[in-house]
Amino acid sequence: MHIQEELSQRHVLSLTVSNEAGILARIAGLFTARGYNIDSLTVADITQDHGVSRITIVTNGPPKVIDQIIAQLDRLVPVHKVTDLTEAGPFVERELALVKVAGVGEDRIEALRLADVFRAKVVDTTIESFIFEITGTTDKIDNFVGLMRQIGLVEVGRTGVVGLIRGKEAN
Amino acid sequence: MAEKSGADILVQCLVDLGVEVVFGYPGGAVLPIYDALYNHPTIKHVLVRHEQGATHMAEGYARSTGKPGVVLVTSGPGATNAVTGITDALMDSIPMVVITGQVPTQLIGTDAFQEADTIGITRHCSKHNYLVKTPGKLAEVIHEAFHIATTGRPGPVVVDIPKNVQIATAPYARPELKVHASYRPQTKADAAGIESAVEMLAAAERPVFYTGGGVINSGPQASALLRELVALTGAPVTSTLMGLGAYPASGDAWLGMLGMHGTYEANWAMNQADLILCVGARFDDRVTGRLDAFAPNSRKIHIDIDRSSINKIVDVDVAIVADVGSALDDIIALWKQRNHQKADLTEWWSRIAGWRARKSLDYAESGTEIMPQRAIADLYSATKATGKDVIITTEVGQHQMWAAQHFGFDAPNKWLTSGGLGTMGYGFPAAIGAQMGNPDSIAICIAGDASVQMNIQELGTATQYRLPVKLFILNNEYMGMVRQWQELTYESRYSNSYSDSLPDFVKLGEAYGWTGIRIEEPKDLEAGIRRMLETDGPVIVDCRVARMSNCFPMIPSGAAHTEMLLDPSQVEGVMSDEAKALV
Ligand SMILES: Cc1ncc(C[n+]2csc(CCOP(=O)(O)OP(=O)(O)O)c2C)c(N)n1
Ligand SMILES: [Mg+2]
Repeated sequence: MHIQEELSQRHVLSLTVSNEAGILARIAGLFTARGYNIDSLTVADITQDHGVSRITIVTNGPPKVIDQIIAQLDRLVPVHKVTDLTEAGPFVERELALVKVAGVGEDRIEALRLADVFRAKVVDTTIESFIFEITGTTDKIDNFVGLMRQIGLVEVGRTGVVGLIRGKEAN
Repeated sequence: MAEKSGADILVQCLVDLGVEVVFGYPGGAVLPIYDALYNHPTIKHVLVRHEQGATHMAEGYARSTGKPGVVLVTSGPGATNAVTGITDALMDSIPMVVITGQVPTQLIGTDAFQEADTIGITRHCSKHNYLVKTPGKLAEVIHEAFHIATTGRPGPVVVDIPKNVQIATAPYARPELKVHASYRPQTKADAAGIESAVEMLAAAERPVFYTGGGVINSGPQASALLRELVALTGAPVTSTLMGLGAYPASGDAWLGMLGMHGTYEANWAMNQADLILCVGARFDDRVTGRLDAFAPNSRKIHIDIDRSSINKIVDVDVAIVADVGSALDDIIALWKQRNHQKADLTEWWSRIAGWRARKSLDYAESGTEIMPQRAIADLYSATKATGKDVIITTEVGQHQMWAAQHFGFDAPNKWLTSGGLGTMGYGFPAAIGAQMGNPDSIAICIAGDASVQMNIQELGTATQYRLPVKLFILNNEYMGMVRQWQELTYESRYSNSYSDSLPDFVKLGEAYGWTGIRIEEPKDLEAGIRRMLETDGPVIVDCRVARMSNCFPMIPSGAAHTEMLLDPSQVEGVMSDEAKALV
């Protein structure tokens, strides 16, 4: 007997939640307990009185599972609203990465040239290395990191995705 | 404002919330609360023998009275012992509030004596949980905890209170109910769903009501409305294990339970229906059988208060997110307003009559041994003859399924069983809790020889509080349900399913001050049951039944509703790996 896997789609979910102890564990634990995937998860306080946080989760799964994930999240007492940005309409998503690259001579020049193409900023430098700061979609960062790997990638830090619906309305 | 200690605030809140009974067990981290409960004039504390017992008692109390069950346990082992019951209550949507003691706040995280991460451990087996770090917050939290436990889809809520928070004081005034702004269960259905449901019901040729525990949870009014709607439409009714009693077993439209051990007529009606109205049920795997063959030609309407239950397993055509009672009320009102008449379902009913004629619950009498089905049927008629209110709880196994099949329930809240989690050890304490909440009813636990040993220590609790619980053990000397699966799936290799070294249940009961009765032969069955019912005080009955009986009908795992086995001759004794891998 072999176990069959179902086809997955990537979805970006945006949640507003009460900013209280354990909320992150509640959400992360729901994903592990029910066998859902988390590609990335970001969380930060977004209100003046520190009452509400926004959590952005990139997940993947078959449509039915995505639907369940949303319903299950919505059921948690401290969760105010769950929006599936991927379904809700055009949205902007961004991720920030810090990319450390080491090299000398021609490699160094090539790294700077590529950084320029990707509009990455140099935020730290030594004679033999750079740290670039780059923002963009996950794909763009993947591409940049992929190219740097060929030059002399040392390490990468990524924030995970945040996203908002386009247009003037709050979601 | 006058100040009160955390423990006093807690107890005051319980009083204000109408709590009459607390099931609990003391320990270091709850001593201040126990002191506040000392000789309390209105709150009765039931001292259990194991914290798991307390949780199932609270469940039995809640399910039979409609009020939330309340549990009080100490930190560490007290809390971890409660976890099974908390999970059970979550799976079966039972309103319960569990108060756990915790080490003082300054020791949290230091591996202090009897420290356990109760909040972490119960986070995913409770509906919600709280760690209360200051007495000033306590009243608000307790009121919210009861609100969350009892509204929407009910469930267990855990409140973890460090010992110093129980002792420290804070100004106290009875709090306003402040609930998370994000907690707003939808109880009233959208009009569009109700309208579709009414029109689909009116047009259906082969409708079936598929009802579940949600009808019971919604309150007795929901059962009354279900009966009314069934009468208006003339459609047949089947129910899950959890929903038994919502529609009376003596009603004309009753098909019996559906699913793995459901009746032939219930499962065939589901398979052949053109419309299924699912009311407060959740398409559990024990109900659907093989999914791609489940009710293949039907349209489906699903009423559930929990949106996440809808389209989780089976895609439905109409989703109605609402409290069952409220949705049924709306459907009935619109049905009447539109002047719909009962459709002509004669042909459908005649097909059902054909399936009923298979008499799928019949079994062969053995003559020399007591058939377990017979024991239940006799228990049913004997209890009915008493004219008293009867509450039945069960443990888990064959006896549970036989009870569901052969005991008729005509009212809600009279049938308490662990459906979702299938917890052996549930039934006996649940009967104690039910008896506590219903002193004038006859509370009977139908148990198995193996399950009953899982919380057998609660014999002492019933004795202490003079609760006249009846413990009716169908003793087949096996973990019968396990043995049955081994017979069906593993060529009768009975690995570890024999109940070796059973205690003498009669003597065991007597040791605790119970009356013990042993029933060994068919001719003694009726008299034995009568004696049990006529005896004041708690009675344990060791009813020796046929050891190798199997529970039929049965849909083997991975099979469709139409592939039920009706009797042992249809069993092959081997199974594919795919089928074996299913639960
Ligand atoms: C706590 C727990 N452990 C294990 C099981 C698995 N299980 C289901 S039924 C059963 C046997 C029950 O035997 P008994 O109580 O004698 O009932 P019978 O089936 O013989 O009527 C077992 C072990 C369970 N449901 N719960
Ligand atoms: Mg047994």
